[in-house]
Amino acid sequence: MKSKASSRLFLILKWVILLVVLAAIYLPLIMIIAYSFSTAKSVGGDFGDFTFVLYEKLFQNKTLLTAAKNTVIIGLVSALLSTILGTTAAIGIHYMRRKTKAAVDAASQITIVNTEIVTAMGFFLLMIFVRDTVRIPVNFSIWWLIITHTVITMPYVVLTVSPRLKQLNPNLLEASMDLGAGPMRSLVTVMLPQLAGAMISGFALAFTLSLDDFVVTNINSFGANVETISTYVYSGIRKKMPSDIRALSTIIFLVVLIVLIVYNVIKNKKAKNEARKNLLK
Amino acid sequence: MKKKKAKVFRPTAFAFPYLVVTVVFVIVPLILVLVYAFRGENGSFTFDNFRKVFTETETLRQLVQTLELAALSTVVCLLIAYPVAYILSSAPFKKMAILALLFIIPMWINFMLRIFALQSLLNMIGLKKGFAAAVIGIVYDFFPYMLLPIYNVLSNMDKSYVEASRDLGANGVKTFFKVTLPLSFPGVISGVSMMFMPIFSSYAITKMMGDMNTTVIGAKIANLFEYQNYGNYGYGSALSFVLLIVVLLFMTLANFLTRRSQKAPKGGKAA
Repeated sequence: MKSKASSRLFLILKWVILLVVLAAIYLPLIMIIAYSFSTAKSVGGDFGDFTFVLYEKLFQNKTLLTAAKNTVIIGLVSALLSTILGTTAAIGIHYMRRKTKAAVDAASQITIVNTEIVTAMGFFLLMIFVRDTVRIPVNFSIWWLIITHTVITMPYVVLTVSPRLKQLNPNLLEASMDLGAGPMRSLVTVMLPQLAGAMISGFALAFTLSLDDFVVTNINSFGANVETISTYVYSGIRKKMPSDIRALSTIIFLVVLIVLIVYNVIKNKKAKNEARKNLLK
Repeated sequence: MKKKKAKVFRPTAFAFPYLVVTVVFVIVPLILVLVYAFRGENGSFTFDNFRKVFTETETLRQLVQTLELAALSTVVCLLIAYPVAYILSSAPFKKMAILALLFIIPMWINFMLRIFALQSLLNMIGLKKGFAAAVIGIVYDFFPYMLLPIYNVLSNMDKSYVEASRDLGANGVKTFFKVTLPLSFPGVISGVSMMFMPIFSSYAITKMMGDMNTTVIGAKIANLFEYQNYGNYGYGSALSFVLLIVVLLFMTLANFLTRRSQKAPKGGKAA
């Protein structure tokens, strides 16, 4: 048996480990936020006066604003497409025979498992092939980026929706059809509402994966002049990193933080309400 | 669909659009990688691209360095993430959901901006760009992806195994190494595979954090595009094909290890 003193020591040690790692994670972000209110050339320089100059600069930086807009457009449209494709696929796969299912699952795994640069190279070659060999008048563009992002994110939607499908009570769908609703109507009115939660998670996952993507975007915006936040920051490595990126980073950090906290508060409230309901029963 | 058949309702056709997209945009590109890898500049069949990949000492050096960088960063990340996951899934911390969330939040922030933040900080404390900085960058970037699967496995683990081990007289350390660690192995494998292969493509991190000599093999392919040298995609395809083989080998190994580790506790139960 451990003595009280040593178990308290262990507890303190555990807190120290957690706090040190947390500090390492957040220190860079906090420094960026702090220096977004300074005109210092780089983080750590002479802070000078507290100012919003970088934010003013940010809202005049057309290239950066366009990059931010492109990132959001590509993210939203590709997440929507991959939610539709992924959900319908999950429903189809759910009813497949075991062998077909295994084959489809293996095909879905390819983009998840493959290293991104190879996937990006594949997309690039496909575009080159269709454009130069098949001679269909297409080219690298924001639409091509939306398509590629849809393709990389849709297997993740399948992975999010499939487990929920397995939990559904099949009797509900059968009951609906026994009561005279056609299969399509049963699917839309009975099954889809039960999948809504998983579809929203799938959409959120696809959206964040698209926002975070760099490699596929970098290679497949070839000659198209479509920048996203990732490629904009990357191109800053060779040129001078513009200081208004600090202001943009701060805005993005705060948005992510607020969204996640609100989401978790709502989730916890829901869980509490449900627990209360169960108690009253 | 006919109403009479409604009872044996099998809407497998719903997967059709997804399958078409998968074939056109996933399978066909892989075939194209293979085709272009064996295609010479005049369109004839050739092994030249592969010869170039395997005879250039520069490429081999980069491949070796990528493996070093990937192995070292993965080990460092695992050594930090495992204790954190273990602590977060243990007694007083388990109930603090917000605490675990704090460790995972960075996952939702654009990785390029996070690397930019880290680079600014390292620059401020005077750490020079190079191999060490690149390792720090990779560990920083992949940390949540390593933490999450291990944390999930540890916090969903059946605690009765640990209790049984303690009841049977093993001390805390022995229980950890004989019970907890082997049971959490699938989480470790999943964390490692979420990190090891993607490092091959993380040329953005090595360019931002590393010096001229620190690079990953993915940069070699990306450079073909950056310097407008894109007509040379036969070479890029051959290199991609080699990476594809590396991915397959690695995944086979990971699958094999996961399966073996999942078999172990079951065997123990039956005995």
